[in-house]
Amino acid sequence: MSNHRTNQDRIVGNSVPRKEGRDKVTGRAQYIDDMVLPNMIFGATVRSQIARGKIKKITFPPEINWNELTVVSAKDIPGKNCIALIADDQPCLADEIVNHPEEPILLLAHPDRYALRKAVDSISIEYDSLPAIFTIEESERRSQIVWGTDNIFKTYVIEKGDVESVWKKADRIVEEEYATGAQEQLYIENNGMIAAWDPQHGITVWGSLQCPYYVHKALMALCDLPAEKVRVVQMETGGAFGGKEEYPSMIAAHASLLAIKSGRPVKIVYDRMEDMAATTKRHPSRTRHRTAVSRDGKILGGEIEFTIDGGAYTTLSTVVLSRGAIHAGGPYYWPNVRIRAKAVATNAPPHGAFRGFGAPQSLFAMERHMDRIAQVVGISPIEIRRRNFLRPGQTTTTEQIVHEEIDLPQLLERALQLADYRSKKKSFAGENKSGTSKRGIGIAAFLHGAGFTGSGERYLSSVVGLEGCADGGVRVLVSSTEFGQGTKTVLCQIAAESLGVAYEAVSIAQPDTLEVPNSGPTVASRTAMVVGKLLESAARGIKQTLTLSGRLHDSYSPDEFREACSSYVAEHGPFRSLARYDPPTDIFWDDEKYRGEAYAAFAWAVYIAQVTVDLATYSATVDDFVALQEIGRVLHPVLAKGQITGGVAQGIGFALYEKVIWQNGRMQNGQMTNYIMPTSSDLPPIRVFFEELGNVHGAFGAKGIGELPMDGPAPAIINAVEDALGIHFNSIPLLPEDIFDAITSESQLASAPRSSGQEDSGT
Amino acid sequence: MIHSSAHVTKSEITLTVNGESRTVRAYPMERLLDVLRNQLGLTGAKEGCGEGECGSCSVLMDGALVNSCLVPVLQATNASIFTIEGLAEGVDLHPAQEAFLQCGGAQCGICTPGMILAAQHLLSKNPEPSGEDIREGVAGNLCRCTGYMQIFEAVAEAARRRNKVTAKTT
Amino acid sequence: MRSDPGNYELVAPASLQAAVALMAKTPGLWLPIAGGTDVMVQYAAGKLPARKLVSIWNLPELRRIEISADEIRIGAACTYTDLREHSVVCGEFPLLASAARWTGGVANQNRGTLGGNIVNASPAADSLPALLVYEAELILVSVRGERRLPYVGFHTGYKETKLAPDELIQDICLSRRFSEYFSHARKVGARNAQAISKVCIAALGRVAGGAAEDVRIALGSVAPVPVRLVETERAAKGNPISSSLLLEARKTAAAEIQPIDDIRSTARYRTAVAANLVAEFFERMRSNAEAKS
Ligand SMILES: Cc1cc2nc3c(=O)[nH]c(=O)nc-3n(C[C@H](O)[C@H](O)[C@H](O)COP(=O)(O)OP(=O)(O)OC[C@H]3O[C@@H](n4cnc5c(N)ncnc54)[C@H](O)[C@@H]3O)c2cc1C
Ligand code: FES
Ligand code: FES
Repeated sequence: MSNHRTNQDRIVGNSVPRKEGRDKVTGRAQYIDDMVLPNMIFGATVRSQIARGKIKKITFPPEINWNELTVVSAKDIPGKNCIALIADDQPCLADEIVNHPEEPILLLAHPDRYALRKAVDSISIEYDSLPAIFTIEESERRSQIVWGTDNIFKTYVIEKGDVESVWKKADRIVEEEYATGAQEQLYIENNGMIAAWDPQHGITVWGSLQCPYYVHKALMALCDLPAEKVRVVQMETGGAFGGKEEYPSMIAAHASLLAIKSGRPVKIVYDRMEDMAATTKRHPSRTRHRTAVSRDGKILGGEIEFTIDGGAYTTLSTVVLSRGAIHAGGPYYWPNVRIRAKAVATNAPPHGAFRGFGAPQSLFAMERHMDRIAQVVGISPIEIRRRNFLRPGQTTTTEQIVHEEIDLPQLLERALQLADYRSKKKSFAGENKSGTSKRGIGIAAFLHGAGFTGSGERYLSSVVGLEGCADGGVRVLVSSTEFGQGTKTVLCQIAAESLGVAYEAVSIAQPDTLEVPNSGPTVASRTAMVVGKLLESAARGIKQTLTLSGRLHDSYSPDEFREACSSYVAEHGPFRSLARYDPPTDIFWDDEKYRGEAYAAFAWAVYIAQVTVDLATYSATVDDFVALQEIGRVLHPVLAKGQITGGVAQGIGFALYEKVIWQNGRMQNGQMTNYIMPTSSDLPPIRVFFEELGNVHGAFGAKGIGELPMDGPAPAIINAVEDALGIHFNSIPLLPEDIFDAITSESQLASAPRSSGQEDSGT
Repeated sequence: MIHSSAHVTKSEITLTVNGESRTVRAYPMERLLDVLRNQLGLTGAKEGCGEGECGSCSVLMDGALVNSCLVPVLQATNASIFTIEGLAEGVDLHPAQEAFLQCGGAQCGICTPGMILAAQHLLSKNPEPSGEDIREGVAGNLCRCTGYMQIFEAVAEAARRRNKVTAKTT
Repeated sequence: MRSDPGNYELVAPASLQAAVALMAKTPGLWLPIAGGTDVMVQYAAGKLPARKLVSIWNLPELRRIEISADEIRIGAACTYTDLREHSVVCGEFPLLASAARWTGGVANQNRGTLGGNIVNASPAADSLPALLVYEAELILVSVRGERRLPYVGFHTGYKETKLAPDELIQDICLSRRFSEYFSHARKVGARNAQAISKVCIAALGRVAGGAAEDVRIALGSVAPVPVRLVETERAAKGNPISSSLLLEARKTAAAEIQPIDDIRSTARYRTAVAANLVAEFFERMRSNAEAKS
């Protein structure tokens, strides 16, 4: 290892320039819609207009010249008509039956996108409608079976201790139900793909996507092609947040079928309306808590029932459910607990991955419930958490022992001080007695597991590579993708630091399945931690090659490395070092019982939100936000902070603004005008703070960070709204109309006007 | 209203783009966004919504920030258009671009061209914007990645850099 | 983009005269487009019925603001930015300046025009309540010449106006006699920027001896067209601004409007907020008067 590096010029921990930053600020970065291939034509999708039914007849009106168009139906699929992922239940094109609105039925392609549009609009489809179901409750009632034999995609039970024994011992039993709505990822770049086909090389797709090897797998099955005849290339991706985890496989499949049939490259880029209507959203959820507590607020045990609406097909629901279930108990010690988790089918378009992956849903319930328990017992929101926090040595709900030296009471205390919680709480209580706007402050404490759940990483068995190049630099080879989080930058930092070379000497290959090994999907906050760690071992391989060849001493300068590397390449050609995931032997997970070490590491956090509710407009606004978290090591302060502020903003949207309005399984407000994400004028100062404990399993001590900030804002905010108004709200999004309904039905507050928001008066 | 179908032909439209005079053959109702991207190869302006809501297609038209998805190209006849591609001079980044790089104002980068032009437009009218001015100046440009905080920092930093440059040259 | 540009004609006459001459040839054939912030949205969604458009963007005759001793005359193609940057608009017509500031983001304000807001005739249009309380008058122009009519009553129904098929709005005229009035505006939308109003208010008033000597209140988004609250005004006029007046004003206001449930909000919510905003106006006006005396 190089010992030339002082702390100051360390690469890891410093905010080095983003690898692709220059391209992004100059407009040169190439996103899928910026790419044009010679001879390329455009593709589009004909979709179901109804929620459920049999396709009776498809009419192609004669005024369109169909000879100009390529038309693809389910019959044209060379392989299996499904989007291979977890279960193979989702067709690529509906054949006889449709199970949700916007389900793809036919594909069309034409050189002119306007002629294409006209053709799509001209097709009429007749159906025999079948009764459809749209809510968790309807699905549970099973008046219609829309999936399998019981409408259930998956159930899990997590059991610890003896729950039945706690009810007798309880001083209080606190029961409550919580709900969260669907949430659109609303990446600003819509989904898109280009596919090209030739019989010799097979199919190549370029696109906006998170997981090149998911697409690869889906295309192999669909086109019945061997691995080497499918190539997937990720273009610059304009936001994803989980929303480009599974659906890109569908679009790639469609583009590929059209490319194969037409013999020309085909571009499919959705417009906003199609993207909103057809692609996945966060799973709506319902969580029921029944908790036994002692007089002094200690949790003795409880039952948690966590249910998500998966939409019409399995997609990722089983894994979203798993993460939601494991996080359902929050950062608390449960001596006894039973968590029953269930993903059910409805006739909505399938719900899918979105930052947090089930955890924001179940943690919303947990953190609202903690405030509820505190009220019932008569202690403060601070005290209830302090008395129940997990401590090192204790076990989580899956009986994972907390090995980290995390001090949650201290983390909470620091957050309280940063937010000036106590004095605000007091002064708000005073002010709120009169006044026509009410202020409140709320807490959420939570954890987020980094990496795949349980044996996930073991199954993935990721591989990363480093390549020594002719100029003496090194190239990172991974399928991990950049879509804003800074993957490229952080992985290059880790490689540079591990090799003892300059950050500038490390580059990173464009994710292209022809070139890069499968380092796993870019999800689950696993990249810096798991993929980064593997790069550390790959770096050892590179150094070894150079030392064994006699070109490098044990201790070397960056210049010596460059010379050694380029001289090696001059003689032997470019060389690679690959590293494969080696599961730690001391980590135990039982997939049957859902017990054991669910995650290699947890990040821990306490968030505090301050809100004002205006009684003239019934709107809640967040005025201040403190986000304090322990994330192992901060590898890049600017990027880390950006992940937190971005996640918090989405969390604020989840809590107070973003509502998907459904009608018969179809989104009614699928435009940016009507689906309300926060603008720059809607957010408070988001104040971000870190603690760093390190993590033996992660590169340079890193843990995952991407998803964590999505978990805390909603419960902290709704806790603050309750603090302001004294009204329970158990369901989000919480819109002004909901607050109005609650206030007028409780009629405990005389509504009187007062200021905030946009107004102007004067003479 | 009477709705007869039109038989439209393309016409030649001349406009100045990033300082250069360009003539395009286009239907008059083609969107400026499409002409920039598909005919002039300037793909820095992006389509996020196509309805004026997101600002990722923002360009400067005669110095004013506009959403190019809502401008029929005929209305840009003889106008001077500036896109993100016209901002850097040679290899030197514009101070606003530098600031976005440094402060983390660009994550996925899709909103960035529009956002930087919005910042540039704000600073050209108001060289020392307050925090409130910055929020208002970029309120028509949606960013889903950053939560805006680092964009605010970037705009403030761009103002500092810009003012330093002008202080030097005057 | 869900429309084919090849199916749409657009011409840009060099003068107002040429524009109205074209429109007169076949009245109703040509749809004017100014900043396009409504027309282009419809077009992109594939929902623009018109096939022939005439651009009035940047016609110098429509993009000037003239001040005379007793009125301001705003060209219909003046943008929100033009309004926000005009000292007389900002100084004497704060309700209009605020509405301009709240209309979309900067890019939208650089293109959207006051004339377009009027003719697009959305019930949620933000500048229309201000025009109602300032008692604006419109100058319409066609080959037949100009005619001047009060803005009130211009909207004859949901998205319908008194504009003849070959006519344009040329100017919007506002009397300067309200410049000493107390004014109050507020927009309630789903977010603080880029929002369509759920309810908006523009109100003017003058207090003498603790009583509401004159009041003018208009609301948007609570009826098929923006409305003046004539009954509420009448009930308040001449009365001291007391809690009973506030109560009365809330009630009358709620009875005067016909809000609906739609994708953005509920009728119940809109009614309650409208009443709150009206009461808020009276309270503000009272405190303002008290502070002055
Ligand atoms: C992102 C976005 C946000 C918006 N936010 C708001 C908002 O907050 N509040 C709000 O009120 N509106 C809002 N709007 C709507 C729109 O910007 C306004 O209605 C604007 O004033 C329309 O002006 P324009 O010149 O762009 O109209 P155009 O689209 O050019 O025309 C609109 C209509 O008016 C007609 N017309 C235009 N000028 C004349 C004239 N002089 N004589 C006769 N007819 C004419 C046209 O024929 C057309 O029917 C928003 C729009 C967008 C895209
Ligand atoms: S694409 Fe033009 S504003 Fe969104
Ligand atoms: S950086 Fe991704 S949307 Fe702004």
